[in-house]
Amino acid sequence: MRHTIVRKEALNTENYLIEVMAPNVAERFQPGQFVIIRIHEQGERIPLTVAGVNPKKGTITLIFQVVGKTTMELGTLNAGDALINCVGPLGNPTEVKKFGRVICVGGGTGIACIFPIVKALANAGNEVISIIGARTESLLILENEIEAVSTETYIATDDGSKGHHGFVSEVLRDLIKKYKKPGEIDRIVVIGPPQMMKAAAEVTSPYTIKTIASLNTIMIDGTGMCGGCRVFIDGEMKLACIDGPEFDAHKVNFDDVISRLAMFKEKEVLAVKHFQRSKQKKAGRQ
Amino acid sequence: MIEIGGTRVPVREQSVEERAKNFRSVPYSYNKEEVMKEAQRCIQCNGAPCETDCPINMKILEMIREIAYGNFKKAFLIVKEDNSIPGITGRVCPQENQCEGVCPVSKRGNGINIGKLEAFVADWARENGVKEEIHIKERPERVAVIGSGPAGISCSVDLRKFGYQVTLFEALHKAGGVLQYGIPAFRLPTEIVDYEISYLSEIGVDVKLNFFVGQNIKFSELRRDFDAIFIGTGAGAPLFMSIEGENLKRVYSANEFLIRVNLMKAHKFLEYDTPIVWGDTVGIIGAGNVAMDAARCALRLGAKKVYILYRRTKKEAPAREEEIQHALEEGIIMRELVAPKRVLGNKEGWATSVELFKMRLGEADESGRPRPVKIDGSEFILKLDTLVEALGTKPNRLFLHKAPELNVTSWGLIKVDKNLMTNIEGVYAGGDGIRGNATVILALGDGRRAAKSIHERLSKGKKKGVKKD
Repeated sequence: MRHTIVRKEALNTENYLIEVMAPNVAERFQPGQFVIIRIHEQGERIPLTVAGVNPKKGTITLIFQVVGKTTMELGTLNAGDALINCVGPLGNPTEVKKFGRVICVGGGTGIACIFPIVKALANAGNEVISIIGARTESLLILENEIEAVSTETYIATDDGSKGHHGFVSEVLRDLIKKYKKPGEIDRIVVIGPPQMMKAAAEVTSPYTIKTIASLNTIMIDGTGMCGGCRVFIDGEMKLACIDGPEFDAHKVNFDDVISRLAMFKEKEVLAVKHFQRSKQKKAGRQ
Repeated sequence: MIEIGGTRVPVREQSVEERAKNFRSVPYSYNKEEVMKEAQRCIQCNGAPCETDCPINMKILEMIREIAYGNFKKAFLIVKEDNSIPGITGRVCPQENQCEGVCPVSKRGNGINIGKLEAFVADWARENGVKEEIHIKERPERVAVIGSGPAGISCSVDLRKFGYQVTLFEALHKAGGVLQYGIPAFRLPTEIVDYEISYLSEIGVDVKLNFFVGQNIKFSELRRDFDAIFIGTGAGAPLFMSIEGENLKRVYSANEFLIRVNLMKAHKFLEYDTPIVWGDTVGIIGAGNVAMDAARCALRLGAKKVYILYRRTKKEAPAREEEIQHALEEGIIMRELVAPKRVLGNKEGWATSVELFKMRLGEADESGRPRPVKIDGSEFILKLDTLVEALGTKPNRLFLHKAPELNVTSWGLIKVDKNLMTNIEGVYAGGDGIRGNATVILALGDGRRAAKSIHERLSKGKKKGVKKD
């Protein structure tokens, strides 16, 4: 089946939101899971974050940052266009129960991924403190939505244009100091660029607060077949697609995750250039 | 006057120089004259060992007889009675160990080239739009088939011919399983796979792509909604060596390397979006058919030097002789009696070399082959840019994990009885999921046998349906 885009919104210069028909995903999605999409017959399979679902309408909301050719092309699609594939939900859901006080940290497009988790944890009776961050204020997404479901919300921007001038991990460090008695923070969930998750894990590890990170590795099939998404957890090889995407952040070898994410960088640059050139050609002809 | 025995009608092939640069089929098909001439070499012997040795007992003699007379349509229809994917099995079956290996003509020359005859009739039918006419007497019972590889395809086709309402679930975006993602186009052209698979929808099998049973549709839902289930989920999960440096960039499982090329067409990068990186020198660990496939893919991508690194010798290599031969002809270097110790990389995390042990052959092990033994202190470094691990595969653990009620062996293979029924009544399994790394034809045979068992259960038995929880 084809997955028609019913709504599209540019959230800022880098992030887009699309609402896509995918009834099976909408019906079954649980926070923490993801989908793999393909735009057209020549397209690659890429994992994307699900920011929300509407089971009645049969739609899911995907938020993505334009980083490579596929996301760039996805950004050019509009309501009425369709994706050729949208398989999911894939991966394991976030563990949601009443923990007590939970801090949720979202960085960049990771905010979209953490948003349904914040909602679910709040619904489960937790006091959820959210920390969200981006390079600059204009790139911050879902600020109001996160605020509406969190007990407290903190903001950090790299350039200081809003909230804390610096990284979300620094805000996290200050918060942990504030609640320094053991047991005052029961769980931390961090989702964002791997460098950010690594920094957050380093902040929380001396305090032995259970910290969960969601790994967005390179994937093809998402069913455990290619092994491209392999990560090392406490020295043991795991597959992010079927064993994750969430793992104990204190056990993740983040340097390895960061390194492997760069494997196809050169090719990605080529693909982007090629796409831009062919777009210009097309525009020239019209 | 027909001469008995003698040599085969030669198979024309793309020249080595040419084929090492493209992904087109290495052998050309026989033409009409060649195929008839080859068929006329068959002595139509009594006992037909070729048929007895065929895992699906195809009516090979009849097929050959019709080809010999130029009755290609009739030959095709005879083949199709037993084999739903002759264009595929004709190309990938290990005929030298089956039908062709036992052909009595081989005692006085070369056995009949049965594989090429089979592929010819399938291609002829495809090119001439010839299809078998089937009259399906509809039955109301619904059967779910999980996995669209060879086992799932043959089970679906046979069940449909019996009249059942068949739904075939496939996790990927294209049906075909290993035929689609695993076997490269130069051995099995994609258009042939696509054609054979299009037959499923034509006869009314409901093919549901992008359904990963256990993940986005539950096994319990299938048990609830279907009268029987066939599990043909194969062995798709790659094995890794668990050595140092395995996570360096440009270290791949053979599955990933082949999926990128075969399923995602990474060799046509820029026209297609999926990338692949390889560098000048590529090493492949292992010497099975998958290792040969990966090596030959690497060569066709443009690698300058490709090594097969194998811990035993060529003689013990599990790959088909023809595959090894093709690989060596194309310039792939086979390094025998070496086993990896670790992968070494640079500061940026790219693989740069592999450290290998030299090995010697010891006593025979359970497989009957001599056990490779490490030679202490023999380590040496081989420079390379890419390392591909082709160590074999295991059944998908996610599916098994999400269907814990299924009895499996310690290796994760689904246990079945002589009718291929699992421990759950009404649930059957076959193919690599019960055998480990086996062949397309054995999987196809399992699919057929399971379809027959399911038919017996649903049409004759008193007990019907899948046992619910």
